[in-house]
Amino acid sequence: MLEIRNLHARVEGKEILRGLDLVVRAGEVHAVMGPNGSGKSTLANVLAGRAGYEVTDGSVLYRGRDLLALTPEERAREGVFLAFQYPVEIPGVTNSYFMKAATNAVRRHRGLSELDAIDFLTLVKQTMKDLEMDEKFLSRSVNEGFSGGEKKRNEILQMLLLEPTLAVLDETDSGLDIDALRIVADGVNRLRSPLRAVLAITHYQRLLDYLVPDRTHVLMNGRIVKSGDRSLALELEKRGYGWIERELGAEAPA
Amino acid sequence: MSSNPEIAALTNREYEAGFTTDVESETVAPGLDENVIRRISEKKGEPQWLLDWRLRAYARWLEMREEDARWAKVTFPKIDYQAISYYSAPKPRKKLGSMDEVDPEIRATFEKLGIPLSEQKMLSGVAVDAVFDSVSVATTFRAKLAELGIIFCSFSDAVKSHPELVRKYLGSVVPYSDNYFATLNSAVFTDGSFVYIPPGVRCPMELSTYFRINEAKTGQFERTLIVADEGAYVSYLEGCTAPMRDENQLHAAVVELVALERATIKYSTVQNWYPGDKEGRGGIFNFVTKRGACRGKRSKISWTQVETGSAITWKYPSCILQGDESVGEFYSVAVTNHYQQADTGTKMLHIGKNTRSTIVSKGISCGHGQQTYRGLVEIHQKATGARNHSQCDSLLIGDKCGAHTFPYLDVRNASAQVEHEATTSKISDDQLFYCQQRGLGTEDAVSMIVNGFCKEVFRELPMEFAVEASKLLSVTLEGAVG
Repeated sequence: MLEIRNLHARVEGKEILRGLDLVVRAGEVHAVMGPNGSGKSTLANVLAGRAGYEVTDGSVLYRGRDLLALTPEERAREGVFLAFQYPVEIPGVTNSYFMKAATNAVRRHRGLSELDAIDFLTLVKQTMKDLEMDEKFLSRSVNEGFSGGEKKRNEILQMLLLEPTLAVLDETDSGLDIDALRIVADGVNRLRSPLRAVLAITHYQRLLDYLVPDRTHVLMNGRIVKSGDRSLALELEKRGYGWIERELGAEAPA
Repeated sequence: MSSNPEIAALTNREYEAGFTTDVESETVAPGLDENVIRRISEKKGEPQWLLDWRLRAYARWLEMREEDARWAKVTFPKIDYQAISYYSAPKPRKKLGSMDEVDPEIRATFEKLGIPLSEQKMLSGVAVDAVFDSVSVATTFRAKLAELGIIFCSFSDAVKSHPELVRKYLGSVVPYSDNYFATLNSAVFTDGSFVYIPPGVRCPMELSTYFRINEAKTGQFERTLIVADEGAYVSYLEGCTAPMRDENQLHAAVVELVALERATIKYSTVQNWYPGDKEGRGGIFNFVTKRGACRGKRSKISWTQVETGSAITWKYPSCILQGDESVGEFYSVAVTNHYQQADTGTKMLHIGKNTRSTIVSKGISCGHGQQTYRGLVEIHQKATGARNHSQCDSLLIGDKCGAHTFPYLDVRNASAQVEHEATTSKISDDQLFYCQQRGLGTEDAVSMIVNGFCKEVFRELPMEFAVEASKLLSVTLEGAVG
C-alpha cells in the first residue's frame, strides 16, 4: 500500500525528515509516535502534498505509484485522506455543501455516479448519527465556530464519506475527551478493511487503546528509530522517549 | 502571497462579451454643445419642459469642474467630453410591431449575451426592456403588466405616454445639479427604463433591463426612474455588458427610485462591463449615480449589486430615509482584478423616526486591483430611534492588490444606534490546501471560498440571478490565484 524509502524533506530550508523508511501493507493500522519536533506532522503533510514541504531525497510509493508526482487533489481522489491536526475554517461555505462537493469529486474520479442532494443527505445523516454528531453541523460553515472536539469529529465524518484507501490521522486524538476519543476511534475502526490502511500519528498511546495498531513506530529526529507491536506503545507511555535516545547512543541530531 | 504554485494559473480569462454587432447606426457626430442637446431632444420628440430641463442641466454642468468629482480613490486620464458622441441609435429597418421584427443581428447579440429575449424564454417570468446602445429596441410583457396598471417601458416612451408621472418624479431624487456626472447625464441622457407600480400592486415578476454599449466611442447615459406607489412592491434587475473596445468609454447613468408609504423597491445589479485588458488598457468608466427616496412611512428600498466589470467603478447607491420606520439596505459584492479600480459604497441618510439601515459590503481584490469601500451613515437630529448596522469585509488574493475602507458616520441624535464592523482577510493557503486534500481542484476551491465570502449578498439576489452572479464571480476570478 505505502512504501516510504529514505525520505528527506525540508520545511523553510530546515531538514526535518532525514531518511525515513516505512512500509504499510493493506489491511494494517500503523501508529507513529514520537516527541515534539520529531517530524510527525511533516510526514503527514508530505504525504498529502502540502506546499512548502520540500522533498529533497527518497521516494514514496502508494499502491505502486509515485505519490510525490501527484497534486494534492489527485492524491485525495486516489484515496489518500489526511485528518488535519488543525482543521481549517471556511466561512460562508456550509459543511454539507463542502462535503457533497468533495464526495462527488472523489466519486467522479473513481468512475462512480455523483450523489444527488437526497442520496447525499441520507448518507451523511446516517454517518453523523454513528459519530453522535448533531445534524445542525450540516448547515453551519465548515469548521467555523466548532469546538476542538467538534472539528476532529468533523474530520472523521469526512473521512467516512470519502472512504479513503489510506487514512493519515495527524494527532486526531489531541484535545479530545475520553468519550470523543472513543467515538473517533470507533469511526476509524469502521473504516478498517483488508483493502485499506491507517497511519495514526499520535502523541499519546491512549488512542491506541481503542485503535489497536498492528505496528507501532517511534519517530525521532526525522527517522523511524524503533518499530514494534502494540506493547511498544505501552512501554513508551510508561517510560517516555529518553530510554530510546539512550539506546540509540551517540547518534546526535545533525 | 500564496506559496502554492498551482494557485498562480487562474485569472487570465478573455472577456466573453467582446464582440460588436454590425448594425447600421445613426450616430450624432462627437462633441457637446447646446445644439447637440436640442437635437437629441428633437429626435426623441420631447416636450418643451424636458428640453428646458436638459438645458438647465447643461448650463449647470458648464459651471462645474470634473476635478471636483475626483475625490474617489481612483485614477484615470482626463476625459475629452468633446470626443464623445452623445447619441447613437440603431436604424430600424421598419417600425417594430413584435419581437420577431427586431433586427436579427441585434437579437443574435442578445442571444450571445444569454438574454432571454425570445418569446419562450420570456415565459420563464422575466420581462426584459432591452437597451441597445441608446434606444430601447424591444419591450416585453408590457401588455400583461398593463393589466395590473404597471407601467414598464423605455424612458422615451414614458415621456410620451405618461408625461405627468415623469415630470413629477424626474430629478426629484437626483437633482440635475447633483454632481458632475449626474448633471452631464441630465443634459444628454438618451434612454433608459421607466417603472410605475400603482397603489397596492405587487409586481408579479422580476423586471429586468440589460444594457449594452455597442457603438465605438459612444458614451451611454441612461436614466432610470422607478416609482412604487403606496403599498406597492417591485423587484428590478439590471444587467450590463459591453463589447471590447480599446478606448475607455464613459458610462454615466442615473437611477432614481421613489418608494411611497409602505412600498418596497428591490433593485439588483449585475455589472460586467468590459474591465480592460490584463495591462489595464481600455475598459468602461462606470460613473453612476443611484439613489432612492423612502418617502412614505414604512417604505423600503434595498440595493443589491454585484460589480465584476468596468475599468473604474464609481458608484454609491444610496437611500434617503424620510418616512418614519422606513428601511434602507445595501448589499454589495465588488471584484477588482488586473488593473481594475472600484470606489463604491452607499449613503444612508436617516431623517424619519425609527428608520433602519443595513450595509453589507464584500470587496474582493486580486491582481493589481484596487478597491475602496466608502460609505456615509448620517443620522439627522429628528431621526429618533434610528439604527444602522454596517459590515465591510475585504478579501485579498495575491499581494499586489489593495483594499481600503472609509466609513463616515455623522450622528446628530443621541438615541441612534450605529454599528460598524470591518474585516480584511486573505484566501489562505491553508484553506486551499484543505479543499484540495478533499479532492477539489484549485479553481473550484477558490470559487467555493469566494462564494462563501459573498454569501450574505448573493442570498439577497433573486434566485436565477444569484446563480448567474456566482458564475460571473468564478469567471472574473479565473487566474486570480497565483
